[in-house]
Amino acid sequence: MPKVTVDGTEIEVPAGITVLQACEMAGTEIPRFCYHERLSIAGNCRMCLVEVSPGPPKPAASCALPVGEGMEIKTDTEMVRKARNGVMEFLLINHPLDCPICDQGGECDLQDQAMAYGFDHSRFEENKRAVKDKYMGPLVKTIMTRCIHCTRCVRFATEIAGVPELGMLGRGEHAEITTYLEKSLESELSANVIDLCPVGALTSKPYAFVSRPWELVTTESIDVMDALGSAIRVDSRQTEVLRVLPRLNEDVNEEWIADKSRYAVDGLARQRLDRPYLRVDGKLREASWQEAFAAIGERVKETKGERIAAIAGDQCDAEAMIALKDLMGALGSANIDCRQDGAKLPTTPRAGYLLNSTIAGLETVDAVLLVGTNLRWEAPLINTRLRKAWLQGDMRAAAIGPDVDLTYPVENLGTGPDTLAAVADGSNAFADVLKIAERAAIIVGMGALARPDGASILAAARTIADNCGMVQDDWNGFNVLHTAASRVGALDLGFVPGAGGRDVENILAGAIAGDIDVVYLLAADEFDTTRLGNAFVIYQGHHGDAGAHRADVILPGSAYTEKNGTYVNTEGRVQLARQAAQPPGDAREDWAIVRALSDVIGGGLNFNTLGDVRSRLVEVNPLFDQVGEAVPAQWAPFGEPGPMSSEILASPVSNYYMTCPISRASETMAECSREFVRNDGARTGTDG
Amino acid sequence: MLADQDRIFKNLYGQDDWRLEGARRRGIWDNTKALLELGREKLVEEIKESGLRGRGGAGFPTGMKWSFMPPEDRRDGRPHYLIVNADESEPGTCKDREILRYDPHTLIEGCLVSGFAIGANAAYIYIRGEFYSEASHLSQAIAEAYEAGLIGKDACRSGWQFDVYLHRGAGAYICGEETALLESLEGKKGQPRLKPPFPAACGLYGCPSTVNNVETIAVAPTIIRRGASWFSSFGRENNTGTKIYSISGHVNNPCNVEEVMSIPLKELIDKHAGGVRGGWDNLQAIIPGGSSTPCLSKSICDDVLMDFDSLREHNTGLGTAAVIVMDKSTDIVEAIARLSHFYRHESCGQCTPCREGMGWVYRVMQRLVTGDAEIDEIDMLWDLTKQIEGHTICALADGGVWPVQGLIRHFRPELERRIVERKTAAGEPAPVAAAVAE
Repeated sequence: MPKVTVDGTEIEVPAGITVLQACEMAGTEIPRFCYHERLSIAGNCRMCLVEVSPGPPKPAASCALPVGEGMEIKTDTEMVRKARNGVMEFLLINHPLDCPICDQGGECDLQDQAMAYGFDHSRFEENKRAVKDKYMGPLVKTIMTRCIHCTRCVRFATEIAGVPELGMLGRGEHAEITTYLEKSLESELSANVIDLCPVGALTSKPYAFVSRPWELVTTESIDVMDALGSAIRVDSRQTEVLRVLPRLNEDVNEEWIADKSRYAVDGLARQRLDRPYLRVDGKLREASWQEAFAAIGERVKETKGERIAAIAGDQCDAEAMIALKDLMGALGSANIDCRQDGAKLPTTPRAGYLLNSTIAGLETVDAVLLVGTNLRWEAPLINTRLRKAWLQGDMRAAAIGPDVDLTYPVENLGTGPDTLAAVADGSNAFADVLKIAERAAIIVGMGALARPDGASILAAARTIADNCGMVQDDWNGFNVLHTAASRVGALDLGFVPGAGGRDVENILAGAIAGDIDVVYLLAADEFDTTRLGNAFVIYQGHHGDAGAHRADVILPGSAYTEKNGTYVNTEGRVQLARQAAQPPGDAREDWAIVRALSDVIGGGLNFNTLGDVRSRLVEVNPLFDQVGEAVPAQWAPFGEPGPMSSEILASPVSNYYMTCPISRASETMAECSREFVRNDGARTGTDG
Repeated sequence: MLADQDRIFKNLYGQDDWRLEGARRRGIWDNTKALLELGREKLVEEIKESGLRGRGGAGFPTGMKWSFMPPEDRRDGRPHYLIVNADESEPGTCKDREILRYDPHTLIEGCLVSGFAIGANAAYIYIRGEFYSEASHLSQAIAEAYEAGLIGKDACRSGWQFDVYLHRGAGAYICGEETALLESLEGKKGQPRLKPPFPAACGLYGCPSTVNNVETIAVAPTIIRRGASWFSSFGRENNTGTKIYSISGHVNNPCNVEEVMSIPLKELIDKHAGGVRGGWDNLQAIIPGGSSTPCLSKSICDDVLMDFDSLREHNTGLGTAAVIVMDKSTDIVEAIARLSHFYRHESCGQCTPCREGMGWVYRVMQRLVTGDAEIDEIDMLWDLTKQIEGHTICALADGGVWPVQGLIRHFRPELERRIVERKTAAGEPAPVAAAVAE
């Protein structure tokens, strides 16, 4: 551990770090534009200059200089100040001083650092440079005259997102950042360049001129657009959620979020269920809560428990689901299920339905087999982890399913379960790669499980994990990748058929056959609602989507930004989403709706506060008490080997930008679908 | 004056055959095997003792540079590379060009000897794209050398495998900066790399590499043949050897000439270039080492010596030893403004000070040509050049502002005169032109 002196204070720092990092460890902040912890070092903005001895008699770029034993670093000398003032002056001469109309205003690195290093007047008498704006797609707005050429966006696209479509054209003062042929940036992570841009050159297109940062109330929350539970901050103004930004969580999303997580929120203001509805004579009409509850009570009272069923949706909080589970129990129904896509997930042991390697753990794999999943569309941030593993080491990846570009080389072994069986019995060569690997992993997607032979496929995947030594003392390479934010939580709290109860498939079959009379949909929209037969459908949710269209009674619930909810992500990490805005109109928090309904239909739930519900959760499964942690699951037997069909193992996501009621209601996501998803059919003359 | 038998480049003027046959007549490829048999250490030692300093401009001791390469017992399996910088693009400089087209075998033999000295089995010659016939001659010479077994699997029957590859650049001045050259050679955009790591640790394709100028490599075999003491007998201490000078501009006989180091500038011009046009007293200024070195006023030119240290004392440098002579008919301000234009155009755009500053400097220079400026803008310009110098990844920015610094240092009265004249002509009150140059 070398010892260095920073402004007279001697500290010991780890070998191999840079002078800039050493200064930070010593508590000295170094101004910077191009340097970013997660990107390669460019060393081109020249803002982080410090004086270092021994060394040449000129300031050194601290971001690029490794520390050496006995180095003396000075960050506040005349030479350093002059150098930084000089760089700041150069940055500002061609930067338009249009802060009053710039969306970055108030959260602009250049603005902030100009306060410390800028002059109070300009010596630049010449004309400023103007740069033509570039098209970068429906999410990223460009005002390229503001660009300071730090190349953070270029490095992000090339290194993290794996789409080398951004670059710097031209030389000297004619250098311009642009996308290749001005195409939109084809990545599910494209909007992260907005956060990275230290100035207002890349800003958010949907959020353009909407608000100023100081007008916003910030709430720290959890994203539900995929099953990762990325840490987000929800910025709202009064009742409106205006934007979502990533928060730091090294274990889950580092500091990125995917585009859908960021931009689906405009869907929160559209297609909302803001009051109860009742279907009268085949038509939905507005109703009061009392009327809606009375209608349900009337119907439920004359129905036996075993003829009632409940299905939980993909974005439900654990609180609502435990309330509904208890209510169904009180009504005498065991017909509850959270696997609306019909995924053949085991209900126990926990290791059978978790991403056991953990998201951060996937960064360390050296061989991985992907089964029936398109990581870029199902979990873009898990894909970046695997990309990192490939960049840093020699990770080998193979996939069973249709060919997709995952931004790193993936060997396609085949498309169907026969290939999976071949890997399981060792006859496929990739089995040897997995066996030799020190940290091998298999990732099974919902495309492999949400099918009739899902249980057999899961068993085959387990066999691969066992045969290839993926499960060791400190490593479990067996992974199930969920696409629903609520799924693991639902499985943890047991929102699955009880003894003699029906699963989703049987509930729907029963509804058609007339064996099920009442179906309670808790925000469940992702299945074929025409299969509900003549059942009386109660839909509790926040958007007028598939479930609401079929409903006989609609109970308006709240979306994830409007309630305090518990979610468990795909690796089994319990996380809390927090309320950032009020639900619209008469809509209420979901567990409270179920609680109120129980009084009318005699369910007798005995919790009255959020605290009570959470105590009940912990009672059902103590894991719910370990907020923030991914508790490792015990490896235990699961899976029933059986015959597998020859159907290809395709991802269930056919359009990344529209996977839930919120994203389907979002205009931004609709535009992204048009731009990026090629199979949406040709546009007709009446479009737009 | 350098005796003919002491010239290293005996066909600098192309009077003799440039092909292998002619080269052999001039002593090139004469028992090169014996040179290699001296061994790596001995070769590096000899070059160190000769005091040879890099001929590309920076003047870094060549032997020391070679010694940075991992020695045989500490090789880690990565190949070593010799890279020859033949991207000669500095305005005023045309010395490598003559070697490339009239004496290409000196370079190829130099590649083998220096390549062997640094443990490299391959040399890449990065040649300026505009050098068409030079590249043509060089590639023919390489083919001849292969055919004669001088390079290839068993170079000169020494048992050492040595390959020489020729790569043509695409016309960017910045690709003459050693790390930008490496980037360009790897097929990327020519932008200088951060140092450290230096090329000797992590160069071409991440392997230990040495980048040397054409002239540096080409003189190496002769130095070994004739001995370090022979080479170091020319010039002053720390500035030894012979050097090709390119003399251009307002002289009666512009030329390239190989001469001893530390020759007085006046003697060089008078003896080889036929003197300044209109006589020595008609001299206005001289840029002593290629466009990036600051100019000198006549009074300094009278007795300055052409070597690294002597020119350093006068705040300029030997650079590539491209002497640009300007007599009194020259509009010195416009001449320097033209150089500013060049550096603004050639800045790669990575570093803020160079990208933004070069354009600013050029625009102020443009106004100074016509006097459309204020007196204190001269001080501001000085300040700007100091704000750019030393604050960037590579030395292009330094080289880009030095000519302006030289102008202000020696010709400030001229700048002020233009401003005052213009103001007077426009009927504005004349500023007080009292400021004194640094």
